[in-house]
Amino acid sequence: MSAPLNPKTWQYRQLNAINPGLDYLSEGLLDLVAEGHPIAVGTADLQYSNGLNRFAERHPDLFIQFGIAEQNMVSAAAGIATTGTMPFVATFASFLALLCCEQIRMDVAYSALPVRLIGHHTGISLGFYGTSHHATEDIAIMRSIADLTVVAPADGPQLAAAIRASIHHPQPIYFRIGRGQEPAVYPNDVTFEFGKAIVHAVGRDVTLIATGSMLHPTLEAAKALTESGLAVGVIDMHTLKPIDREAILNAAAGTNLLITVEEHNVLGGLGGGVAEVLADEGAGVRLVRHGIHDEYSLIAPPTHLYKHYRLDAAGIEAVTREALANISGKEQRHVG
Amino acid sequence: MPAANFAVRDPVTPLTPEQIARLKERALFVRLETVRLISIAKVGHYTSVFSCAEIFSALYYDAMRLKRGEPKWPGRDRFLMGKGHAAVGLYPLLADWDFFDKAWLDDYTRLGSPLGDHPDMRKVPGVDFSSGSIGHALSGGLGMALGARLRGNAFDVYVLLGDGEMQEGQVWEAALAAAHHKTGNLIAIVDRNGYQLDGKVDDVVGIEPLADKWRAFGWDVREVDGHDVAAVATLFRELKAETARERPVCVIALTAKGKGVEYMETEPGWHLGWLAPEDEVLAIEEIKANGGVQ
Repeated sequence: MSAPLNPKTWQYRQLNAINPGLDYLSEGLLDLVAEGHPIAVGTADLQYSNGLNRFAERHPDLFIQFGIAEQNMVSAAAGIATTGTMPFVATFASFLALLCCEQIRMDVAYSALPVRLIGHHTGISLGFYGTSHHATEDIAIMRSIADLTVVAPADGPQLAAAIRASIHHPQPIYFRIGRGQEPAVYPNDVTFEFGKAIVHAVGRDVTLIATGSMLHPTLEAAKALTESGLAVGVIDMHTLKPIDREAILNAAAGTNLLITVEEHNVLGGLGGGVAEVLADEGAGVRLVRHGIHDEYSLIAPPTHLYKHYRLDAAGIEAVTREALANISGKEQRHVG
Repeated sequence: MPAANFAVRDPVTPLTPEQIARLKERALFVRLETVRLISIAKVGHYTSVFSCAEIFSALYYDAMRLKRGEPKWPGRDRFLMGKGHAAVGLYPLLADWDFFDKAWLDDYTRLGSPLGDHPDMRKVPGVDFSSGSIGHALSGGLGMALGARLRGNAFDVYVLLGDGEMQEGQVWEAALAAAHHKTGNLIAIVDRNGYQLDGKVDDVVGIEPLADKWRAFGWDVREVDGHDVAAVATLFRELKAETARERPVCVIALTAKGKGVEYMETEPGWHLGWLAPEDEVLAIEEIKANGGVQ
């Protein structure tokens, strides 16, 4: 029998070995089982993409394979949740949030059942797989569903922490996560509090508000901007709903410019949410919404796309400098 | 290897004549209460209830394990409705089980009432799953059947489906998964009354051969006259007795939409409607006569 010669040759089931970042989801879930919480885990033929194969191997009796039938998975998760077991079901965000939108609304959110929906490979992180697999609308859709909490952890450690914390969260939750290759921002022992943004820095020139995978490049951009003498604030808006109004208004009061950064359409997502709060409160600070500008992403490897759409550190830095230049000379508020 | 069908079948106790009479009376109760409640709302799905009145009666007064006044009892059998628009016939049964105050019925659909055209688990004690969007219920029932296994509970899950609902793709996703996961505690009941909003099911988008479809999906299929309440209840008793069954069961109940009021049975427009007072009186008389009440 023939076999691959080069150890770098790989196949789908070896994704975990290639990408240890996939371990965090299962880690958080295994912790919950170890603590004695009644949970079940399901996926729709993607256990090696989301790393849940690790969970399935450890607890086959708590793992349910639904096959390529996402709508059935979501409604069945709601059924499971009525019986005293907390279900965590995961598939690509594009399918979960768009294909299963109505099942999420009716069976999960309206029914107020503690289902955990995990949309992974969100944004444009599936690169060359194309628009069918991109999810640049999921925040907007999920955010408009009443009683649904929407969370976008920045990295693996924050994801695992949010999964662990979710056991005490009564509402249904949509987790928007990446592809497991996001560089870590937080240490492995980080904790998570729903609805409480994390302020990484305060600065009067500009405050960057990032969510999910965009936090890491935003922090890198902030570092470069700070080194050039600017006072830059950075906020991790990991919970998109309920959004941390206080954190937004504090930033608005102490900063000349807010920039939201999201791997999502600029309509209805983080930028939309921040704009709503600013408008509600009459906080007349300038806001730039950075993300995907109401278009379908090109095809390319993800890193190339991030560069193209200026969602990498250099791009975010450039967008920030342009925005600052744009408002300089115009009326500036005196703050502080 | 094919899943075991019924490895163990306990003896089934036959229904007594008194029990059969009681179930007939309860089916009559469902129809009469449906007429009364729809007279409050001034619009409703008479015929969708009339076709499954005997199924409701057999489930709620013979088959299902329930505890009076305890709608959240964890050991209870579950009931879900894909055809949620028949909820007007379910509410009187839930009230009769003391799951909520019977006075709620008198304000059916009025401003602020928990009781709407479709059943709402957040608002109505005894409703095990909300519905209204056709096609979700079998998946929800599958989840409950799996949930019973996860927690070591022994309850059964009954899911009433419309025959028009067979056109929804999600039903077949659930059917495939239920057989695969060997949820023998899941019982689908197809109310095969032959009609949907736009006409005869088989004219709109045909679903036959229906029994073959369910068998091909790995289900154990039983057909029954859905208006022979003794036959329906006996079938449910047989299913209860099959304690080691691995295959989910699909009961195809052959029914007539609008059963009990002759002109409703032959006019598909009666999927939705309202009876003016004088016609309501006549309909009640006809229902009573057909239900054995003089």
